[in-house]
Amino acid sequence: MAGYLQGTVYPFGEAAVVIQFGEKIDENINRLVRSFGRYVEQCKIPGMIEQVPAFTTVTVFYDVQKSSYSEMERLLLYLLASFEPDATDEERIIEVPVCYGGEFGPDLSHVALCHGLTEDSVIRIHIEPLYTVYAVGFSPGFPYLGGLSDKITTPRRASPRLNISAGSVGIAGAQTGIYPLATPGGWQLIGRTPLNLFHPDENPPSLFQAGDRIKFVPISMDTWKELKGLQAR
Amino acid sequence: MIILHPGFLTTIQDRGRYGFQKYGVLTNGAMDPFALRVANILVGNEPDEAAMEITLQGPSIEFTEDVNLAVCGASLSPTLNEQPFPEWRRVFAKSGSHLSFGKSLAGCRAYLAVHGGFDVPIVMGSKSTYLRAGFGGFSGRALQKGDTINVCTLSFGQQSKRNWYVNPAIFPSYSSHPIARVVRGPDFERFATESGQHFLSRSFLISPQSDRMGYRLNGPTLKLTEWPDKLSSAVTLGTIQLPSDGNPIILMADRQTMGGYPCIAQVIGVDIPVLAQLKPGDKLRFQEISLEEAQNLWREQERNLQILRQAVLFKEV
Repeated sequence: MAGYLQGTVYPFGEAAVVIQFGEKIDENINRLVRSFGRYVEQCKIPGMIEQVPAFTTVTVFYDVQKSSYSEMERLLLYLLASFEPDATDEERIIEVPVCYGGEFGPDLSHVALCHGLTEDSVIRIHIEPLYTVYAVGFSPGFPYLGGLSDKITTPRRASPRLNISAGSVGIAGAQTGIYPLATPGGWQLIGRTPLNLFHPDENPPSLFQAGDRIKFVPISMDTWKELKGLQAR
Repeated sequence: MIILHPGFLTTIQDRGRYGFQKYGVLTNGAMDPFALRVANILVGNEPDEAAMEITLQGPSIEFTEDVNLAVCGASLSPTLNEQPFPEWRRVFAKSGSHLSFGKSLAGCRAYLAVHGGFDVPIVMGSKSTYLRAGFGGFSGRALQKGDTINVCTLSFGQQSKRNWYVNPAIFPSYSSHPIARVVRGPDFERFATESGQHFLSRSFLISPQSDRMGYRLNGPTLKLTEWPDKLSSAVTLGTIQLPSDGNPIILMADRQTMGGYPCIAQVIGVDIPVLAQLKPGDKLRFQEISLEEAQNLWREQERNLQILRQAVLFKEV
């Protein structure tokens, strides 16, 4: 089998090259992206520093001392031609416990009001899907999730909060996600997880990786405190 | 050494944290990698070793042992025991000496390297500080009064008093009104005609909303023929983004790993140090060059640094 040659290759600055597989949020495209990214890593292209997969692109960073754009392009096109996507993707399912509402979800009532739903309904709709992690980025350990129901998509707050606690679960437009670090932000906060999304001393340092599936599981405040205590140890 | 006064923003930075961007881990690292590496070369360190990045107003430090040090980058009027000493040179300081800084004369960031490097933990392969996440460098934060920092011991290079100087011909084109060379980005073609010309000819001001994450520029409002709904994708050091307000942003050392704004161009590697020395109120212009030229310029700079390094190492023996 000749393999897929459906990626376009182009330079991104003088020290990176992009392989693009499509233009929309699509699980098949994303699977191709992750698979090719892993393949490129395994092949150990001379001069390559690292690869970063995103929704539809793999960006390869390289050392200009050890290679050149024309050389990287040549090698990547060659790899594209010989590449066979993994037949089975090792997809992990990660349960993410979340304490919804109350002090952890100050915007839950607003989201409910926006859609004429009860808070319980919002929670039910939020926990129902198995979400896909399309990429990890923006902040260490931050998962870009696909799959939020449009029954609860809610625009960002008009003015952002100055500080959102780490672990906060929120909605911003059609996106849902979890803040790994305390940052300012305009998301509608509906709950908080006791899980630590980022451990600088571990390898890999991020709890989530592109390709993971996430299932949100509602827990009580007592369970939250218990799990948080375990995390601290 | 003991920090008597921390200065405006002083952090431990090496060349940066690479290999973990796919987990969303930023690269951080020295804003001016040229000054960092020359400072390290002059004191006999690996070029990418951790140094102290000093911003505008420098710290006041007491050395508790003899050190060989170098200060490279911005001209921040360094003194040793109240005597001015030259930047871009190796200097010997006896135990008990006081290092201090005075008026900021030119540039923005200087690097203090000491023979042996700073003894801070290596996190994910790097000693660089990730301020927002609170790890790396010195306890994940800027230096404060009272901090004590140890220096690692290196096996070679005793306290040589040989003074090295750097040929200014190999310097980046430091200036407060520089021309920054760029290569086209994937969204350059989307420029409305006039905007493309303005981007490559007009002056842009570094706005006060500029820091280690990125520089927001003020100037002619730039327009694209259409603003595509871009999916987030990886970005690089020097990437110039154009949000819909028409004011470009140059991404710098503490940039996030991914972005969704159109990428119109990238500042070339050898001009990143030039950008690192700019402060709010400075102006710059952009000039386009080819990818090949950019890569050749980079290799030339690498050769120059190698030659300097060989000269220092050779003469030490």
